[in-house]
Amino acid sequence: MSRRRGEASTPRKRNKKGQEKASTRRFRPRQTWPPGAVPRRRGGSREGDSNGAWRAAAPRSGSVMESEAAARTLPSAGRLSGAARRSRGPLFGRAHGRFGQGSAGGPLPPCSQENADPQKTAFLLRKQWTLYSVTPLYRFSSANLKEYARLLGAFIAAEKQKGLAVEVGVDLDIKVTFSSLPDLRGSDQDQAAMLVQLSSRSSVSPKNSEEKLMWSGWFCCVSGDDLSENVPEDFTCLPLFLANGAESYVAIVGSWFQKTFDCRFCRLAISPLNLTWMAAMWTGCKVEKNASATELVFSVPCLPQPLDISYAIHPEDAKALWDTVQKTPGEITQEEVDLFMDCLYSHFHRHFKIHLSATKLVKVSTAIASAHCDGIIKFLQSKYLIGVLMLLTELAISQIQ
Amino acid sequence: MAVVRPFDKLPALNSATVLLVGSDESLQQKLAEAILKEKKSFKISIHLATSLPLPSERDHLRPRIDLIAFMIDIKSKYSLKNVEASLAHVDASFFLGKVCFLVTGVGRVNYCSVQTNAVWKLGEVYCSPVLYCELELEGIRVATAQRLLRMLQICSGQIPGISALSFGSLIRNSADE
Repeated sequence: MSRRRGEASTPRKRNKKGQEKASTRRFRPRQTWPPGAVPRRRGGSREGDSNGAWRAAAPRSGSVMESEAAARTLPSAGRLSGAARRSRGPLFGRAHGRFGQGSAGGPLPPCSQENADPQKTAFLLRKQWTLYSVTPLYRFSSANLKEYARLLGAFIAAEKQKGLAVEVGVDLDIKVTFSSLPDLRGSDQDQAAMLVQLSSRSSVSPKNSEEKLMWSGWFCCVSGDDLSENVPEDFTCLPLFLANGAESYVAIVGSWFQKTFDCRFCRLAISPLNLTWMAAMWTGCKVEKNASATELVFSVPCLPQPLDISYAIHPEDAKALWDTVQKTPGEITQEEVDLFMDCLYSHFHRHFKIHLSATKLVKVSTAIASAHCDGIIKFLQSKYLIGVLMLLTELAISQIQ
Repeated sequence: MAVVRPFDKLPALNSATVLLVGSDESLQQKLAEAILKEKKSFKISIHLATSLPLPSERDHLRPRIDLIAFMIDIKSKYSLKNVEASLAHVDASFFLGKVCFLVTGVGRVNYCSVQTNAVWKLGEVYCSPVLYCELELEGIRVATAQRLLRMLQICSGQIPGISALSFGSLIRNSADE
């Protein structure tokens, strides 16, 4: 569209620090860093130790701002793919108290975690995980993982015998493995993450066929001190559960866990408010040069035909905008998140005369991760995996409590 | 005058007027119909507006407004901004009990785009009660209509012994406890 070219993608005068430069196409923050200089910001984690610093570097790549070219309206005939999920769980009170403190700082942007071994967690990346919140498990012990695997395998076989077959056709032998992922935790007080994998082997020729991973799910808890401090003995806190694979297996595995450990699984939905927080936080993280664009997908309500709007922003410009909005490094307030989103909305309104604030934000994808409001997450970088898990653990805990 | 004032016009006998301000017109319509269906002993006229200020050309035809209800949809940040912008066009003496905030959409918290803290703070700053409701459900709509009708009766002075200000402070004190 010719209208978009030549217009600077600068935020409105609401942004205190941004400058309007209609002549250039780039967004320049007022504190223009001298080229090459990289201001260091020390980030402290919530536990008090500093996990690492992240840098705010001004974009100097000279790439043309993509936000005009990439902001596109997609009228779609149907809803978003995979959107036919039930949404459960109120997300009140605690999530707002934590994510949305007015003046006190909220949680930090994800810091790079040097401890997590990228090799071991590589299989978690680039897969779509469905989120559930789990109440504390009673009398769970990580020493008995083999025993649990055997019991779960027997349970699944019994379910199949009962006729609740999950797959019609080839009869599959399902093998269950439980394993522990000790790296995925925030501090030593957290329980180590636990992975459950269901792999199938065709029972017709068990020797020849290979094992195929059918379904995997993992429990984790990252900085879940608020929950683990308050539960009595014998309870293990692993409030976040992520599942990838057929939903029928989630039901079977979930019911086994519920019966064995007296816990409860609940689908974790992410409200648009929390999605804006994630968008702001993940935009602030430093990513390498060819990062994918920051994309926000909105769903417009109350129309005869559902309309989805996808708004893509060049990651460096989004980061530059966020850097001018965020005042204190290491702290994020609700006002800063609101201001960041308002800048994006007003920019969109200026071009398209559509008030995005009246629509519902359903999906946020950045170079770090992508989150959907139905409770679906995809991790894209192992460097920030722990940080994203920390956010999700908070959401899960607030849903439990 | 662009600003809505509470006492610049004479009251009419045995009648009251409520003004509903909100960005969602269909919901306003439904609430207005629910209010009209209620049994009442006085004449009521309901004015609907998407935002203030009200157009000045019909100002002389408009009756005195006894109660303003600002409707905020928790699913849409735009409605909050709209209400905040409209609040500037209301005279300060209106906030002595003649304004209330209706927050709708609270049934589905997964959809919330507005922080409940922000709405609560709005009620605190403007010293007006905040009523949480889910106007899309029939039963709650009827209940809200009844509440509004009762408040309207008090605000238009038809109940002897209670003024809008005393009622407003009564609600706020009971909400604080």
